[in-house]
Amino acid sequence: MAGLFNWVSQIASIALFNLRSMPQRVGSSVTAVIGIAGVVAVMVSVLSIAQGILSTMENSASPNNAIVLRSGATSEMMSIVVGDDARIIAEAPGLARGEGGALASPELFVIINLSKRSTGTDANVPLRGVTPQAPLVRDRFRLVEGRMFEWGRNEVIVGVGAQREFEGLDIGSSITVAKEDWPVVGIFESGGGLAETEIWVDALVLQPAYQRGNSYQAVYAKLESPQAFQSFKDALTSDPRLNVKSLRESEYYAEQSAVLYNLITGLGTLIAVIMGLGATFGALNTMYTAVSARAREIATLRALGFRSGPVVISVLFESLMLALLGGVIGAVLAWLAFDGFRAATLNWSSFSQVAFAFDVTPGLLALGVSFALLIGLVGGLFPAVRAARQPVSEALREQ
Amino acid sequence: MTESAGLQGLVSVRNVDKVFKRGSEEIHVLGGLDLQIPEGEFLALMGPSGSGKSTLLNLIGGLDRPSQGAVEVGGERIDQLSDRRLAAWRARHVGLVFQFYNLMPMLNAQKNVELPLLLTHLSRSDRKKRAAIALDIVGLSHRLNHYPRTLSGGEQQRVGIARAIVTDPTLLLCDEPTGDLDRKSGDEVLELLQALNREQGKTIVMVTHDIHAAARATRTLYLNKGRLTTEPEDLVA
Amino acid sequence: MKFLYLVWTNLKRKKMRTVLTVLSILVAFLLFAYLAAIRQSFSQGIDVAGLDRLIVRHKVSIIQLLPVAHEARIEQVEGVVDAVHQTWFGGVYQKPTNFFPQMPVDPEEYIAMYPEVLLGDAEREAWLNTRSGAVAGRQIADRFGWKIGDRIPINATIWTRKGGASTWEFDLVGIYDGAERGTDTSMFLFRYDFFDESRQFGQGLVGWYTVRIADPERSAEMVAAIDAIFANSQYETKTEAEGAFLQGFADQIGNVGLIITAIVAAVFFTILIVAGNTMAYSVRERTNELAVLKALGFSDRGVLGLVLGECFLLTAIGGGLGLFLGWLLVSMGDPTGGSLPVFYIPNRDMLVGVVLIVLMTVVAGILPALQAGRLQIADALRR
Repeated sequence: MAGLFNWVSQIASIALFNLRSMPQRVGSSVTAVIGIAGVVAVMVSVLSIAQGILSTMENSASPNNAIVLRSGATSEMMSIVVGDDARIIAEAPGLARGEGGALASPELFVIINLSKRSTGTDANVPLRGVTPQAPLVRDRFRLVEGRMFEWGRNEVIVGVGAQREFEGLDIGSSITVAKEDWPVVGIFESGGGLAETEIWVDALVLQPAYQRGNSYQAVYAKLESPQAFQSFKDALTSDPRLNVKSLRESEYYAEQSAVLYNLITGLGTLIAVIMGLGATFGALNTMYTAVSARAREIATLRALGFRSGPVVISVLFESLMLALLGGVIGAVLAWLAFDGFRAATLNWSSFSQVAFAFDVTPGLLALGVSFALLIGLVGGLFPAVRAARQPVSEALREQ
Repeated sequence: MTESAGLQGLVSVRNVDKVFKRGSEEIHVLGGLDLQIPEGEFLALMGPSGSGKSTLLNLIGGLDRPSQGAVEVGGERIDQLSDRRLAAWRARHVGLVFQFYNLMPMLNAQKNVELPLLLTHLSRSDRKKRAAIALDIVGLSHRLNHYPRTLSGGEQQRVGIARAIVTDPTLLLCDEPTGDLDRKSGDEVLELLQALNREQGKTIVMVTHDIHAAARATRTLYLNKGRLTTEPEDLVA
Repeated sequence: MKFLYLVWTNLKRKKMRTVLTVLSILVAFLLFAYLAAIRQSFSQGIDVAGLDRLIVRHKVSIIQLLPVAHEARIEQVEGVVDAVHQTWFGGVYQKPTNFFPQMPVDPEEYIAMYPEVLLGDAEREAWLNTRSGAVAGRQIADRFGWKIGDRIPINATIWTRKGGASTWEFDLVGIYDGAERGTDTSMFLFRYDFFDESRQFGQGLVGWYTVRIADPERSAEMVAAIDAIFANSQYETKTEAEGAFLQGFADQIGNVGLIITAIVAAVFFTILIVAGNTMAYSVRERTNELAVLKALGFSDRGVLGLVLGECFLLTAIGGGLGLFLGWLLVSMGDPTGGSLPVFYIPNRDMLVGVVLIVLMTVVAGILPALQAGRLQIADALRR
């Protein structure tokens, strides 16, 4: 017990001593802090892009919902579900029911070109043909401005994300489809999901415009409960008339975002590792300098009877403190600058824009700070050990 | 470079003041000082701490400028030279020996001695030759390749002297050259300085605390409160 | 030169510190080089886009199809040399992550339109003689280990075959190379006639047209002329220069260039502070020595030069190695395992790297160097 107390008090006194002599080494300490802050800020910022896209995908998915596509289709755009099949699907077991019947919404998915506000160049915007069940299936759907379009008329409503990213989608403007002007009459939200970057219209109006006859591309369904999915799926698979596959919405969106998410995460991690290496070298530099500047003092302490262990720990402590400071600064910087920052990029699977917001999650902040601490650990360990192992007489003589 | 100017002496310090500013305070270290040093003299400057001996040495060697007055060496008014020309002048005309040797720790003895020659246009082989000669004069040929940390204090100072004489300077200035040495090493260094003065006619100005060191000189002056005297002043008076 | 020795030995004083500083700088420049390659690959070949080529697509969006009959009408426009069509096949080879573009084209016309696609004569003959023949770019041929004569099955997600099957089989009759570094060699090309007769629906419809014009200066005029032909028809077109088309596509991905530049700037700024601080620190440590040099006769400028020289040596070694290692890493292939169409460091960026080395020397070293130059000898010696 006395030994431990001894140790702790030694560490404390050396640490205090270190901190008091810090002002002399302000320059190199500040450098290390800045270096680590930079690494953490960049890492957290880049990864928050991936997080943001993931969040958008997750917000799109409801645990009660499923999507039915043609068997073999990897996304809505590649899929075809004819009208008759859509009717059969709506009769499957496990579906929630509303006033108008089963909550199953057959939908059409096409792309039109509109000018992006930020660049002035054209980009692909999803145009979705929906049925009256659609707002009921998507339970986070909410009109925020204007009104819902009239069924059967050439009117459209746009998601908040689309309205923000693209020109010409304010209420009162029109989009041109098949050489006709379709006016924008309302703006909707959908819980931060993909639908917010879409334009909606009556499917029965869209079909003739695109010569689709009586076919759709997917059926969005709301289940009685998440557990009802299995019976729903089995009923569809075993039906000889159908050639479809069913997915939970969460699975579907996870697939859709996989490519983009993996690309950004991969890139972000690579950059972070390389930068982390650079920061580690910087931290090592700082700590070696710090240690050599006080070599004589440390040696004196040891000559007076302080043990090596506490010396090592105190140097490590200083390094970790600097790293922690840098990590927190970097994380906070990234959060302040980028959390909620809105942007839009190309969703490869739907080949259209997906609006998202950079999402600096607590998880990312923790990751950033942990990374900083790792750098601090490596940066402090070697100099600390070296300080402790140098023969005292040599250190005392050192200039 | 003009030759020695007869009556005036090789070094001529006339009516020189030196004032240092410490924050808002002004410290008058030297006031109205006059000094003539003829060629070939070995002059010892003594005096209590803070009397301004090192300051005077710095003025003579062009390491600092007087606040007022003239400093003339070899007929040239060094107090009027620009910084760049002063540096060049120093390289050519002055050899410096420091109390703490001031050798470059990462250069070996030979490279240390060669250092002032880098500022000349001598070829590499000439530089090497000159350095070897200088080290030979101070008796350290066998230590050519040694680094300062493997040399004793006395040896380091002798390397310092070799560096000081390698350019064949007009003037040799020594600031407490034996201050950090033991008796024996100190004596060896003083022997060397004496030999340089007697056999090679080097003009030497040496600042020292040590009476024994001063005894080796041809003339000793005392500096006290900014004034030069030929007799040591009593502290009481 | 003789002073180099002095500079060099100064760096050897604190070996660990020198090594670490060089390593930090190395990392910064490595990142610079690597990110330059990534930024370039996101530019999707804009640099190598043909100045005399236009892209004609359906006005509403690129996924809308155009009739193959448009080709003849486009070629009738004065100033048009040739027009070829391409269509996005969008199939899957083995698994969705094996992504590469597949397109049915007219072999002779396509090769004539894209001279940067290099195909051997024998292989071209084979393609013309094999209805189900296909030609693959070097990049994917290497990636999947394909050899001429292989049967390549591709699963269609859009274009079902007559009869309802979705697997298409092609015979690999040739492998093409790119004329330039930036040429996309990840494409899989097969015959349009085979495609049109085998597909279940959409006969006579193609994706878009590439048009070669005689005079690049008249590009804007040509764009208007072509779109005018199809205006107010069922298949209205939108025509753009190839470079603009690719740029618009890159813009959809987002301003990747800006993001990367921002990251690189952040990294450099950080490293600059590290290097600058190291220099400043090492100068402070050596005040005495620098003063001695001045006492011995080194001029202010001489001492300034010495310090800057050290800084330059550090930066040059670190930066040079970093750029070299970055180049080495990039030549090992793209990090996504083949889904980036091109991956290399443009010469222009390497040049910028060299300029940055010089810039970093000046910015990091100028203050400590000036400080060293201004040292007052008498003060410094007394310390």
